[in-house]
Amino acid sequence: MSGIPHDHYEPKSDGEKWLNSRLPIVGLLYDTLMIPTPKNLNWWWIWGIVLAFCLALQIVTGIILVMHYTPHVDLAFASVEHIMRNVNGGYFIRYLHMNGASLFFVAVYIHMFRGLYYGSYKAPREITWIIGMLIYLMMMGTAFMGYVLPWGQMSFWGATVITGLFGAIPFVGEAIQTWLLGGPAVDNATLNRFFSLHYLLPFIIAALVIVHIWAFHTTGNNNPTGVEVRRGSKAEAEKDTLPFWPYFVIKDLFALAVILVVFWAIVGFMPNYLGHPDNYIEANPLVTPAHIVPEWYFLPFYAILRAFTGEVWVVQFASFITGGIIDAKFFGVIAMFGAILAMALAPWLDTSSVRSGKYRPMFKWWFYLLIIDFFALMWLGAMPAEEPYATFSLIASAYWFAYFFVILPILGVIEKPLTPPETIEEDFNAHYGKADAEATPAE
Amino acid sequence: MFKKLAIGAAFALALTPAASFAAGGGDQHIEDFAFSFEGPFGTWDQNQLQRGLQIYTEVCAACHGLQYVPLRDLEALGYNEEQVITYAADNFEVFDPELDDFRPAIPTDHFPANTAVGAPDLSLMAKARAGFHGPYGLGINQLVKGMGGAEYIASLLDGYTGKEKEEAGTILYENTAFPGGWISMGPPLADEQVEFADGHSNSVEHMSEDVAAFLMWAAEPKLMDRKNAGFVGVIFLSILSVLLYLVNKRLWAPHKGKLRPED
Amino acid sequence: MSHAEDHEGTRRDFLYYVAGGAGVVATGAAVWPLINQMNPSADVQALSSIRTDVSGVEPGTQLTVKWLGKPVFIRHRTGAEIAEAQQQDEEAIGSLPDPLARNFNLNADAPATDANRVMPSPEGEAEGAWIVQMGVCTHLGCVPLGDAGDFGGWFCPCHGSHYDLAGRIRKGPAPENLPVPPAEWVDATTIKLG
Repeated sequence: MSGIPHDHYEPKSDGEKWLNSRLPIVGLLYDTLMIPTPKNLNWWWIWGIVLAFCLALQIVTGIILVMHYTPHVDLAFASVEHIMRNVNGGYFIRYLHMNGASLFFVAVYIHMFRGLYYGSYKAPREITWIIGMLIYLMMMGTAFMGYVLPWGQMSFWGATVITGLFGAIPFVGEAIQTWLLGGPAVDNATLNRFFSLHYLLPFIIAALVIVHIWAFHTTGNNNPTGVEVRRGSKAEAEKDTLPFWPYFVIKDLFALAVILVVFWAIVGFMPNYLGHPDNYIEANPLVTPAHIVPEWYFLPFYAILRAFTGEVWVVQFASFITGGIIDAKFFGVIAMFGAILAMALAPWLDTSSVRSGKYRPMFKWWFYLLIIDFFALMWLGAMPAEEPYATFSLIASAYWFAYFFVILPILGVIEKPLTPPETIEEDFNAHYGKADAEATPAE
Repeated sequence: MFKKLAIGAAFALALTPAASFAAGGGDQHIEDFAFSFEGPFGTWDQNQLQRGLQIYTEVCAACHGLQYVPLRDLEALGYNEEQVITYAADNFEVFDPELDDFRPAIPTDHFPANTAVGAPDLSLMAKARAGFHGPYGLGINQLVKGMGGAEYIASLLDGYTGKEKEEAGTILYENTAFPGGWISMGPPLADEQVEFADGHSNSVEHMSEDVAAFLMWAAEPKLMDRKNAGFVGVIFLSILSVLLYLVNKRLWAPHKGKLRPED
Repeated sequence: MSHAEDHEGTRRDFLYYVAGGAGVVATGAAVWPLINQMNPSADVQALSSIRTDVSGVEPGTQLTVKWLGKPVFIRHRTGAEIAEAQQQDEEAIGSLPDPLARNFNLNADAPATDANRVMPSPEGEAEGAWIVQMGVCTHLGCVPLGDAGDFGGWFCPCHGSHYDLAGRIRKGPAPENLPVPPAEWVDATTIKLG
């Protein structure tokens, strides 16, 4: 295995040797857990563990909920109430699952923006980034389908609206939508397949997470300086790194515990804060709620979807040159998925020679603007589709695309970056000072 | 510094519920009643819940069902087994598929559904309405006031102005709490309509509060258990955080010098 | 790697042990609800005690009700049946395959007399008029038939077990008398099971 030079597992006893020659699983776990990790990682690097925790939490609570849930249009809503009222501790498990999705997305967004700021997507970590984007897409799919299962009004109408997006695809859209729903409208067939897929996808996510970890364990972690760990020798590498266990495990667990205090308080004292009251009304195909709003984590992309109406010149232009095949509706869908694709393409759009945004004086400001843009889009996604929100949405959406397709490529050329430190060790010591016991071995 | 500020502000925004953005307040007026069950340490007022049940039974039940609430749960309101059996048998009949006929309700039954006049079921009403959306639709006031489902119900019941109008053959009643201002449900409560055994005030305002509290219980019967679990979890996780902080600090100490980080 | 080998003294170790212990407690506290949720839920538990109106059960007939997912026989015996049961008591006691009453309401070692098998009668009725027992053959769990068998009680068609008028096994492969569930009179016409 390539990567940063470090100690490997050596089987000692006969039993260990016996196992190791047949299945080197202990060695694999050892190498994974003891992976040399840049010692200057800051607190933005804790969200990976939070994400792993969220996935485990959602899978465990999800499996439990399935023991009591009934995926049928006549029974789904009542079975959720059964969980809330009758099942031992069911109300808490359900609220954990419900709010766990929100924690999952809080963590994934911070994790992604951390990568965008510190250039974690740049070579040689493109594969890690792409796998991450795939995980994110799967998360969105899983969350969306999970939201349908309680069979409340928002479940039903959210499913109707979102699957309607596929209906916008020219020529085959309607056929695809019917195929997705298993009928002309959201109904029992839809509920059952969403239930099946909602159960399946997390396990695919788990597999992708393993690949994600495998990829960045091969390239090594990025770090706040963006400077690579020295790999000339083990001794040199050890000056830049500390083993993941126990140093980063404990650090991450501490951060996780603090985050869980907040999470637990939300689940215990205000579990419905992030939900929508209409979802406590059973689905009714004959009555649409006054405002259909997706869950908060979809709002930025929902805003982009709605921003491109028929009055926007880009849309009119696209419609003109394609002879009307790309209408406003389809353009919105393309824009929404394009916004996510833009992020996925970041490794090839960023032309800067410096990896970390810390040493890029101009980039920083554009990046902060991107974060503000993201929250602006989130707010706009929840606002009614009317002026002045429509114009704001268009501007905010435009910036999102401009950041990736214009600003990132140009900045690399015109920006004069600062000089990052030579080594991670230098950065670490500049921050904390040289350790007194430098002679003491890391172990 | 700017980065941290921006992210902090952004994070606060991220925690704002999607719902609140959208729900346009309009000219609704929701009174912020001080219910006993509010806040991390609030508890049910059992007498109030019992009065609320009485109002539901004598007034609301004529049109509204409560189909997700099991009658046996009424023991949580301070009734004993016998009282619940008597209450169920005296007030409700349910259809028994085994008998293929109606029979008096027993505690293992739910309150019956009631679709006679198309009135909505009230089981989850206190969670299916949000009383507060502000400021500017951001919903941040919910952090302090809560979702306000019970407040919405109480405000609605107490919000009739007495004006009516006819529209497409139905009579609408003006109500200050209802979105749009006109509701098709006539004023259900009148002063002194229900006699309470404990002699509690039976003005419309007080009865509105009582029945709203009862419906909050009906929607979230595990509210107290949930808050207890939340409280224990928060305390324990806080202790764990402190311990892990100390462990982490000690663990890293040999690798860090005397310099403190600048910020 | 182990810091336990550190010579630095015990304060550091103590902190690690406390933190580790807290972690174990947290895990344990998190695991218990995951197990407990599989225990019977409140709606199922509520059915562990049911009330049955027996006002319509005429002497000489039997009511079968479902309790805990199993049939329960509630038999209203006639005067003749009571007399016959007492006669069976005299001839069989001492030679019963199962000498124990198997009555949940009595001690486990109570003998299988007819008096120990029947319910106390409500006021105004002859002693031994009511007998309540699980309708599950103690052999392999079939439901016995009423008014059948060599002893005028119950007969299990699966493998030919004969129960007498007090529900005691008299002939056939079944090892035990039909169990008497927890039962009591709530009022003159209502029996509470469980």
